[in-house]
Amino acid sequence: MSQTAAVSAARGPVDPTRPEPGLGAYNLKLGMWVFLLSEVMFFTSLIGAYIILRFAHPEHFAAPGEVLNVPLTAANTFVLICSSVTMVKAFAAIARDDQKGLQLWLVATIILGSTFVGVQVYEYIHLFRDGFVPNAAAYTAGGGPLYGSTFYLMTGFHGLHVSIGVGCLIWVLIQAIRGRYSSSHLGGVEVMGLYWHFVDLVWIVLFTIVYLI
Amino acid sequence: MSAHATQEAPNDWDFPAFAGDHEHHEPSFIRKYIFSTDHKMIAKQFLAVSLFFLAAGGTLALMMRWQLAFPGQPMPVVDFLPSTMAPGGIILPEFYNAMVTMHGTFMIFFAIMPLLVGVFGNLLIPLQIGAGDMAFPRLNMWSFWLAVPAGLLMLASFAVEGGAAGAGWTAYAPLSADGEYTGVYLGQQLWLASLFILGFSSIAGAVNYITTVINMRAPGLTWLRLPLTVWALFITAILVLLAIPILAGALIMLLTDQTLGTTFFLPETGGEPLLWQHLFWFFGHPEVYILILPAFGIVSEVLANGARKPIFGYTAMVLAIVAIAFLGWIVWGHHMFMSGMNPVLGTTFMFSTMVIAVPSAIKVFNWLGTLWGGNIHFHVPFLHAAAFVSLFIIGGLSGIFMASTPVDIHIHDTYFIVAHLHYVLFGGSLFAIFAGITYWYPKMFGRMMNSLWNRIHFVGTFIFYNLAFFPMHGLGLEGMMRRLYDPTQYGWLAELQPWNVFITYSVFFLVGFQVIFFVNFILSMWTGREAGPNPWNANSLEWSIPSPPPHGNFQTIPVVYRGAYEYSVPGHERDFLLQNEPPDDAAKRRPEPAQRVDPSGQVKDRGGDQ
Amino acid sequence: MNWLLEPSVSTFGPEIDRLYYIILVITGIVFFITQFLLVYFLIKYRKREGRTAAYTHGSTRAEILWTAVPFVVVLMLALISKPVWDEIKDPALFPEDAYEVTVVARQFEWEAQYAGSNGEFDADDSFTVLNRLHVPVNQPVIVHLESADVIHSFFVPRFRLKQDALPGRSIPMWFEVTEPGEYELGCAELCGLGHYRMDGLVIVHTEEEFEAWKAERLAAAGGGVTGTERAQAMTGEESR
Repeated sequence: MSQTAAVSAARGPVDPTRPEPGLGAYNLKLGMWVFLLSEVMFFTSLIGAYIILRFAHPEHFAAPGEVLNVPLTAANTFVLICSSVTMVKAFAAIARDDQKGLQLWLVATIILGSTFVGVQVYEYIHLFRDGFVPNAAAYTAGGGPLYGSTFYLMTGFHGLHVSIGVGCLIWVLIQAIRGRYSSSHLGGVEVMGLYWHFVDLVWIVLFTIVYLI
Repeated sequence: MSAHATQEAPNDWDFPAFAGDHEHHEPSFIRKYIFSTDHKMIAKQFLAVSLFFLAAGGTLALMMRWQLAFPGQPMPVVDFLPSTMAPGGIILPEFYNAMVTMHGTFMIFFAIMPLLVGVFGNLLIPLQIGAGDMAFPRLNMWSFWLAVPAGLLMLASFAVEGGAAGAGWTAYAPLSADGEYTGVYLGQQLWLASLFILGFSSIAGAVNYITTVINMRAPGLTWLRLPLTVWALFITAILVLLAIPILAGALIMLLTDQTLGTTFFLPETGGEPLLWQHLFWFFGHPEVYILILPAFGIVSEVLANGARKPIFGYTAMVLAIVAIAFLGWIVWGHHMFMSGMNPVLGTTFMFSTMVIAVPSAIKVFNWLGTLWGGNIHFHVPFLHAAAFVSLFIIGGLSGIFMASTPVDIHIHDTYFIVAHLHYVLFGGSLFAIFAGITYWYPKMFGRMMNSLWNRIHFVGTFIFYNLAFFPMHGLGLEGMMRRLYDPTQYGWLAELQPWNVFITYSVFFLVGFQVIFFVNFILSMWTGREAGPNPWNANSLEWSIPSPPPHGNFQTIPVVYRGAYEYSVPGHERDFLLQNEPPDDAAKRRPEPAQRVDPSGQVKDRGGDQ
Repeated sequence: MNWLLEPSVSTFGPEIDRLYYIILVITGIVFFITQFLLVYFLIKYRKREGRTAAYTHGSTRAEILWTAVPFVVVLMLALISKPVWDEIKDPALFPEDAYEVTVVARQFEWEAQYAGSNGEFDADDSFTVLNRLHVPVNQPVIVHLESADVIHSFFVPRFRLKQDALPGRSIPMWFEVTEPGEYELGCAELCGLGHYRMDGLVIVHTEEEFEAWKAERLAAAGGGVTGTERAQAMTGEESR
């Protein structure tokens, strides 16, 4: 009796019609997880640079609340967290084949996400007026130019991710209206949710280290 | 979540970037050759583009060597360059610095990396795991079509005002952060933008490779039956996935320093020049292994095939690749021993760097073990693979000198480093690429390359490669610095000038022999003899299907019964045994040795057959 | 040109050279063994009619052996390298009775800044010299290395000394030369268009010579006559 046969017996016969077992996630979901790992590293580089610069030059960074509007952003953070909840609701709706619920919760997520970006733009405009700018030569706010450079880099790239997310959400909504999803056909909604929760999570980290500490 | 946690991909997701549908009708010309989603065609597209950049990078090297050997003398033939580069054929310092930068950038990002990852990753992963295509074919297409504009931007930077970037491929800030220091503004910004775009291409590829290898292996193809090429490419994809975003972050910071007036790397306003080096090398050292791990895989494949023996120590080979991928993240500081970094950190990085030599040593000894007791067929791919082993030993050993921090004080930033990096990147990666191209050429094009001309190319390349690069060790020990426009300006280097002339002549012959390869490569597509499905009598799945494989690769899903290196199995009439050849009756077959048994069969078996 | 290094003239130079030769011997042995085996196997096991290759998948004992031996060897190399590195680069271990001087690198020249007679660098009679670094023999010298623009690298091959100059930072390094003479100084980090001509000289005087030279310079600087050495020192190229 060959060893191969013995092993096959131990793990059950090889099913010649199915691939080797992977990680139990379908391709799209696995691909999104893998892509998000890459995103983690991207934000790691930005946050890592911020931490190094802040330790090297603490005098460039003003105390929390001195330059940045913490209450406004705290409210905005709450908006983004709510949008994660509505995204979960959207997924739960389609899991029980509730098409109206899916569309409704997607719209809610889109509105909340857009609100977040809108408030961020509003905040940027006010900060610019106060001389809190990315350009080191024009920087006149509290702390030093490194503060402006790192702030806009991190929040800007996060805002870009939210904006792209809103764009994708609109696209998913269009597909939902066309009736493309069902309880057995919801990979698109699930993967969209993964991305959206990731963006939300990144913001909680950013809010903590940029605004609160 | 468990309700739909099945292996089947729900087909409801047709978001443009993620769509994964196959065309079943005969595709139009554009869909077949230009915007193709077939992994084999994308591999060929990457091959064409990266060979172009290989030639372009080689041309830059030739011109640099001319300047180093005959500084200030007009180049022969090349007297048509504009006066901002080389008026009357005399190379200007700004053009020399641009060539230094672009030679490194072309070779690393647009030649070696796409050749190893883009070409062999795309070609081999689906074929060797028995899949019809990648997990995300359309994303795969985008991976290529993002690399093209990146390459065009990089080429275009030669034509803009101020010329191409001149701060070296490492773009150390603040030299690269303010155009005032180099006189290059737009060129440097294009360089940054180009690499940023190329990063998307790399990450798209990595996501695809990782998902494909995890989820789409043929039935029976367990992890420890994977060909080492797939293992190497899989681990490489993980490194790409995690390292490229770090570079992207650094590139963005440098770009905003240049354009928006931020101050990440500019010390006058609080920035930290060393931050660039840390970010760059935190990406850069994994990048070094991105450039060599796939070469390890190719060489293992070809050596076993040439020796007609199972690869020696398969599990150790896999573990060595994994170990290198882990250790590769904690050695970046050895590029920065002289940077002014805390000397205690220098000691730490010396220890980790010394340790990373061990898995490389393991690989070399296992390759030698593979040859031992073989029945060696000296086919062309084998010649290149054997040369790889020889040259990689030299490149690996010269690395030990630099790992020792005190010795590095003397040889850092000298031609010793230039010699070392060319021994691993040319002697290593490029020889493995030659082995890979000549080995899988029949699978890609259905015809064999001309063996005689390939052998001539091999002999010439091996000889003149060594004549060109080995003396550089000596130049470095004498203290010749890197990236010098005119070495004769220094008294102690002027005495070494005959060596520079000698190296330059060797490089001319070296490049000349590459022309043979390029011509052979193109002509053999029409004149080569028909290859048949398995010209090398090899074992892995791609050799069980026609050359070139049809769209969708496999007629039926292949079932895998064994590892990829079952050569010269006793009792079997031929000296090779395809992975998907069903075992005939049990009596005729010898039991497989104990270590071939996959011990993880049960552990891995979740979510599978109920 | 060969595998031997030019004789070094600094106190720690021979220690670096000793490490270099140790590594050269070890890697040389490995080089010859592995290349010999490679060629030997290629010849001995070349294809012959009727030969079958050995069917083996490896040997755990061999794997352990060739993992452990390289590990021990490289660890030993790291251990013998560490003290030399610390001696040269660790500021806590710098010699105490050193003569101190500041060198500012800029595109594309070296400016040596000397203290005045009161030991201060901003005294009335402190002075600077371009592209020439005058130091005494047999006495430790600490150089505070700075950069005015981009990263440069201070490299004197005969001293076995190299250190990057970082803008915004002053990095101390030390050396002690054992033979008077003139030694070439170069820039080892790409710093722009003039990187290739950023050469200078380290002029090592005997103690008496050095004191005489310094006294002369101090007097000249105190009398407001600066720039004569500058004129001498210019090597004929205009800086950017």
